[in-house]
Amino acid sequence: MLRDITIGQYYPADSVIHRLDPRTKLMAAMLYILSLFIFRGWAGFAAVTLALVLVIALSKVPFAYMVRGLKPIAVILVITILFNLFLTPGVPLVEFWKLSISWQGLKNAGFMTVRLIYLILGSSVLTLTTTPNQLTDGMEQSLKPLNRLHIPVHEISMMMSIALRFIPILIEETDKIMKAQLARGADFESGNLIKKAKSMVPLLVPLFISAFRRANDLAMAMEARCYHGGEGRTKMKPLRYKKADGAAYLLSAAYLAGVIALRIIL
Amino acid sequence: MSIILDKVNYVYSQNTAYEIQALKNINLKIEDGEFIGVIGHTGSGKSTLIQHLNGLMRATSGGIYYNGQDIYEEDYDRKKLRGKVGLVFQYPEHQLFETTIFADVSFGPKNQGFSKKEAELKAFTALRSVGLAEDYWYRSPFELSGGQKRRVAIAGVLAMEPEVLILDEPTAGLDPKGRDEILDQVAKLHEERRMTIVLVSHSMEDVAKYVKRLIVMNQGSVMLDGTPGEVFAHYQELEAVGLAAPQVAYLMHDLRKHGILAQGTATTLEEAKEAILQAFKK
Amino acid sequence: MNFIEARKLVHEYIRRDEEGNVESILTALNEVDLDVKQGEFVAVLGHNGSGKSTLAKHLNVLLTASGGTLWVDGKDTKDADNLWAIRQNAGMVFQNPDNQIIASVVEEDVAFGPENIGVPTSEIWKRVERSLKSVGMIKYREHSPNKLSGGQKQRVAIAGVMAMEPKCIVLDEPTAMLDPNGRREVLEAVEQLNKEKGITVILITHYMEEVVHADRVYVMDHGNVVMQGSPRTIFSQVDTLKSYRLDVPQITLLAYELKKAGLDIPDGILTRQELVEALCRLY
Repeated sequence: MLRDITIGQYYPADSVIHRLDPRTKLMAAMLYILSLFIFRGWAGFAAVTLALVLVIALSKVPFAYMVRGLKPIAVILVITILFNLFLTPGVPLVEFWKLSISWQGLKNAGFMTVRLIYLILGSSVLTLTTTPNQLTDGMEQSLKPLNRLHIPVHEISMMMSIALRFIPILIEETDKIMKAQLARGADFESGNLIKKAKSMVPLLVPLFISAFRRANDLAMAMEARCYHGGEGRTKMKPLRYKKADGAAYLLSAAYLAGVIALRIIL
Repeated sequence: MSIILDKVNYVYSQNTAYEIQALKNINLKIEDGEFIGVIGHTGSGKSTLIQHLNGLMRATSGGIYYNGQDIYEEDYDRKKLRGKVGLVFQYPEHQLFETTIFADVSFGPKNQGFSKKEAELKAFTALRSVGLAEDYWYRSPFELSGGQKRRVAIAGVLAMEPEVLILDEPTAGLDPKGRDEILDQVAKLHEERRMTIVLVSHSMEDVAKYVKRLIVMNQGSVMLDGTPGEVFAHYQELEAVGLAAPQVAYLMHDLRKHGILAQGTATTLEEAKEAILQAFKK
Repeated sequence: MNFIEARKLVHEYIRRDEEGNVESILTALNEVDLDVKQGEFVAVLGHNGSGKSTLAKHLNVLLTASGGTLWVDGKDTKDADNLWAIRQNAGMVFQNPDNQIIASVVEEDVAFGPENIGVPTSEIWKRVERSLKSVGMIKYREHSPNKLSGGQKQRVAIAGVMAMEPKCIVLDEPTAMLDPNGRREVLEAVEQLNKEKGITVILITHYMEEVVHADRVYVMDHGNVVMQGSPRTIFSQVDTLKSYRLDVPQITLLAYELKKAGLDIPDGILTRQELVEALCRLY
């Protein structure tokens, strides 16, 4: 199940989207998410859908691969749908037992689901087309002004990129420890909630120990390679805007303006 | 008592672009009381194979029979099987979690449903059999040295009193003395309790010294299966798949070429010594 | 002056209780003397817990001495101003390949060191390419380290050190977690760097086969240097090595056993060829 998470996983391909500057993609993703909360009505819906479809097509990431990223949030989706479906007041459409569904509820549920799914897909486009390193570089650059507020932007982005690198390693490790304890007769599935929580101890303790050991090793390895914070550091791949980035900024701005206009006019 | 694998196949990530056939049509019979070595380079399928033997992984197709019973049958107790076929993973010390060594070793038998007293009795015997001094038993397992931790982890599996013990590279990362201690301990379990042992190893010298039957895995299939002498006679085929025979086997070959030995299939140091001394006596 | 010179180097791990009183002292290095010349290939052998890893960490100033002195490249490690120069000149490769690769792309990981010491961008690209070529990993420059084999990961780690253009590489049990093929890959890469680029190599290990080609071998036990000399002199002392929880390569052991049984074979046989030749001469 853990393997299905596509957020934070890079999908290598050569596309216009892949080649964009991460700062551009970050900004565009933010604008897109914003637009998801602004749009109203069918025309707005058409606009956000069109934008998403277009960008996914341009990114050359297979659609099926992208949809896999939705699996882990299926539960959240279902809960959102149920809440909107049953708890939105309005003229009942169908009624059974103590519950009723109104036309308004149906519409709300529909739009909320669309918002959530598009939000995940939209941010997946960002993470699937940007290597974790580019992503953190982009964040570091975009957030640089915060340095003045004594927020350690470089350190935070370094931590993020290391976390991203170690996610697959720790997932594999979890799998290994789980199997080792299963081989000793451990049971992670049966029993009530308390028993289940207790049965996680043989999994979590070794996992934490291993994570600490790795953190310790890594800190030493970084020190040995002369790491001493962001000061005086150069970059192998410094971020540089290209023409396509300017166009992308313009297009995203125009898109957002369009969605706002649609909301006001209609 | 035996384990039979009948046409076992295992496919990772079936029906995706990443599909890999890790096991291909494996047919094996492991008899009671055997001491078997499994060799093969990384990715040859040996780890996948041993995880099938105790039911941790389920074959994509084919059957596995433990003492004649189909372990994939609906009402077969696979949890119980894991107690009978003990599996010690690579770097088993990474699974330790309890506050004391003794509690950690009792974990297995407790899971099997034994009372606290019975579980502790089994832990007691298991710790004894791996040769860990008693004054360590109530300390935290994290205070021990690497080799000691590993012995505790092996005891954790032995406490379940398995009939078959599978060890995946039990000596990885240990120094020469630590390596010999672990392997001698395993050999003792085999001799004294007639425990069936399956030893996965990268060291040709170690398997040649200890095991009586050697299985070579390559690309998910059993490539060779026989006594170490028989298997290492195929050293050219082994080299073709990135493996090798023990150094002494090559030496025997060289000495044959120079006419010093008439024949020589020795694969261990003792055998080689014997053969060479014999040749020089004449 | 030698590239590395240690005089009576001491390292103590001091454990204190909650009130700060000394609870126990573990002497990991006990007055160790070490001399390594520029361009030498020196191996340090020792069982787990013999102090060899502690010694390695001193060479890169990841630890500082409790007593004695250590000079690396003519610089005193006690002087904090020398820290970065020493770390750059004596690069370090660790045991676990997964825990020393920082970036998610091979070439970006190799660039990590040069980035830290402020090498200009265009020069970083040249160094990354050179270093990856020197360990035969240039094909994988755009790969994710997670998909590589253990031996490949270690070679990337070596390239990461090489990109800082050090004079010396310290390898702390670089092959302990690898399979035989990975072990061979890493050793070949290290031997090549030593021979072709004149890089000083300090290899810490407990695999006896790996030190056969070293210029000199140090053996450690309980924080002391207990033996030193050429591989041949070290390996001719089978019983002494065994008393330090070590071993000798199988061929050496066989030669030793044959000699004990009465055959006239020279001491310290290292390779199969040597043993075959010795036996042919006798026959």
